[in-house]
Amino acid sequence: MTQEAISTDVVIIGAGPCGLFAVFELGLLDMKCHLVDILDKPGGQCAELYPEKPIYDIPALPVVSGHELTERLMEQAAPFGPQYHYNEMVEELEKLDDGRFRVKTDGGLVFEAKVVVIAAGGGSFQPKKPPIPGIDAYEGKSVFYSVKRMESFRNKKVLISGGGDSALDWTINLQPVAQSMQLIHRRDGFRAAPDSVNKMHALVDEGKMQFHLGQITALHGDNGQLTGVTAKGNDGNDYEIECDTLLPFFGLTMKLGPIANWGLNLHENLIPVDTEKFQSSEPGIFAIGDINTYPGKLKLILSGFHEAALMAQAAFKYANPDAKVTFQYTTSSTSLQKKLGVA
Amino acid sequence: MRIILVDGKGRERELAAIEGWRVMEIIRDHGFPIVAECGGACACGTCQVEVDPQWAAKLHESREDELDMLDQNYGGEWSRLSCQLIMTPELDGLRVRLADVAVREAA
Ligand SMILES: Cc1cc2nc3c(=O)[nH]c(=O)nc-3n(C[C@H](O)[C@H](O)[C@H](O)COP(=O)(O)OP(=O)(O)OC[C@H]3O[C@@H](n4cnc5c(N)ncnc54)[C@H](O)[C@@H]3O)c2cc1C
Ligand code: FES
Repeated sequence: MTQEAISTDVVIIGAGPCGLFAVFELGLLDMKCHLVDILDKPGGQCAELYPEKPIYDIPALPVVSGHELTERLMEQAAPFGPQYHYNEMVEELEKLDDGRFRVKTDGGLVFEAKVVVIAAGGGSFQPKKPPIPGIDAYEGKSVFYSVKRMESFRNKKVLISGGGDSALDWTINLQPVAQSMQLIHRRDGFRAAPDSVNKMHALVDEGKMQFHLGQITALHGDNGQLTGVTAKGNDGNDYEIECDTLLPFFGLTMKLGPIANWGLNLHENLIPVDTEKFQSSEPGIFAIGDINTYPGKLKLILSGFHEAALMAQAAFKYANPDAKVTFQYTTSSTSLQKKLGVA
Repeated sequence: MRIILVDGKGRERELAAIEGWRVMEIIRDHGFPIVAECGGACACGTCQVEVDPQWAAKLHESREDELDMLDQNYGGEWSRLSCQLIMTPELDGLRVRLADVAVREAA
C-alpha cells in the first residue's frame, strides 16, 4: 500500500542514541525530523541489547543504564516534536530531480526530505535464524520469524522454538487458534515472564499442548511445506515432531540490510564520511554513529553525539545554502531557549 | 598456560593463555575471526564455544544471563560463552570448539 508522501526537512534512519541526539541538534537549527526504525521502540543497541546494563562513559552521567539513557535522549528531543515511525524498515533511498530525497519503507511509508541522516548503527535488527540446514527453502511458506496475523495460523500444527518472551507469548496466544501447539527449548528454564511460563505449564498439564526438551536438527517436507522436524534431546537421542508450521524465536541480530543497495560508497559495511560534515559520498546524505567510518573512528555513543552536532550544521547549510548560521549557546541564547520551550 | 582451539574446519591450535583473561579475549587476541559483537558484556552470544565434555565439569556453572544468551544463539549441551570463562591454572589445556555463530564471515 503506497501512501501520500510525508514532506519534511530530515529523515533519520535509525532511532538509536545517535539518531535521537541528532533530533536535538537539528532542532536547534529549526529542522524538523522524522525517525524510522525497524525496532518497536527507540534506543537501538542500548534498548535491544543492553537496557539494564550500566554505561559509565557518558559525560556528566557517571552511570546510566541503556534504558535510562534512551529515556533521557527522548526527553531532550521532545521539544522539537520529532515523529517516530517504528516497525518500519527503510528499504529505498533515492535522489529526486528537485534535489530532495525519497525514502521508502517496507510498510509503504514514503517520505520526501531535504536531507537524510543515516544513523543505522550496526544495521537493522533482524530475527536470528537457527542454523538448521535447508531452512531457507521453508521461510515465508511454513517457517516464520514473526507473527503478523494470528489468523494465518488457524488450524495449523504449530511448533515454536525458543525460550524467551516471544516464544512463550506466541505459544500461549496461538494455542487456542492452532490445531495443535508444541514448544521446543534446549533447557527446562526460560528467560520469560514467570506468569507466561506458568501459563505454558498449565496448558501442558491440561493436555492442550506439548513441551519438548531439545534442539531441532533437521526439517522435513516438500516445496517449502513442512511436515515435521527431527530434534535431538539432551540425552543425545533423536526424535521426530510432526508439524506444518515452525516459528523460531531466537532474538534479534544486526544486519547491514538495504543500506548496501543505496548506491553509497561503503567500506567493510560502513559508510566512509569526512570529519567536517559527516557526509557520505552523496551530498545531502549524512552518516553518524556506529554506521560511519573515518580515520580514528571510535564506536562510542559520545563520539556519535559530537558527530551529530557537526552534521547538523552541515545539514542546515546544505538545505539552506543562502542562510547564515550564527553560533549560539543554549545557556545564553533567547532564541534557542524559545525553541526548547524554556524561555 | 594454554587453551586448545578447534576451528570451524576441525583444525586444532594451541593458544598461549594468561591467567585472569577471558577465553574470548585470548581467542580474539590471537587473531581468530571470533565475532564477539558486544566485547564480552554477555549481551550478544556471538562468542559461543562448545567445551570438550571432559572439561565441562571443571567450569563454573553458567549464570542466568549466560543461559539466556545461549538460548538465543542455539546453544547445545556443552555450549558456553567464551567471554564468561576466565582463565585459571585449573583450566590449563582447556579444549573448546568455536560455534558457527561465533565465526566471522569473510567480508
Ligand atoms: C553490550 C554493549 C555495551 C556497550 N557499551 C557501551 C558503552 O559503555 N559506552 C559507549 O559509548 N558505547 C557502548 N556500546 C556501543 C553503543 O551502544 C553504540 O555505539 C551505539 O548504540 C551506537 O548508536 P547508533 O545510534 O549509531 O546505532 P544503534 O544503537 O545501533 O541504532 C541503530 C538503529 O538503526 C536501526 N536501523 C538500521 N538500519 C535500518 C533500516 N534500514 N531501517 C530502519 N531502521 C534501521 C536499527 O534497527 C537500530 O535500532 C555498547 C554496545 C553493546 C552491544
Ligand atoms: S562477547 Fe558478547 S556475549 Fe560474549
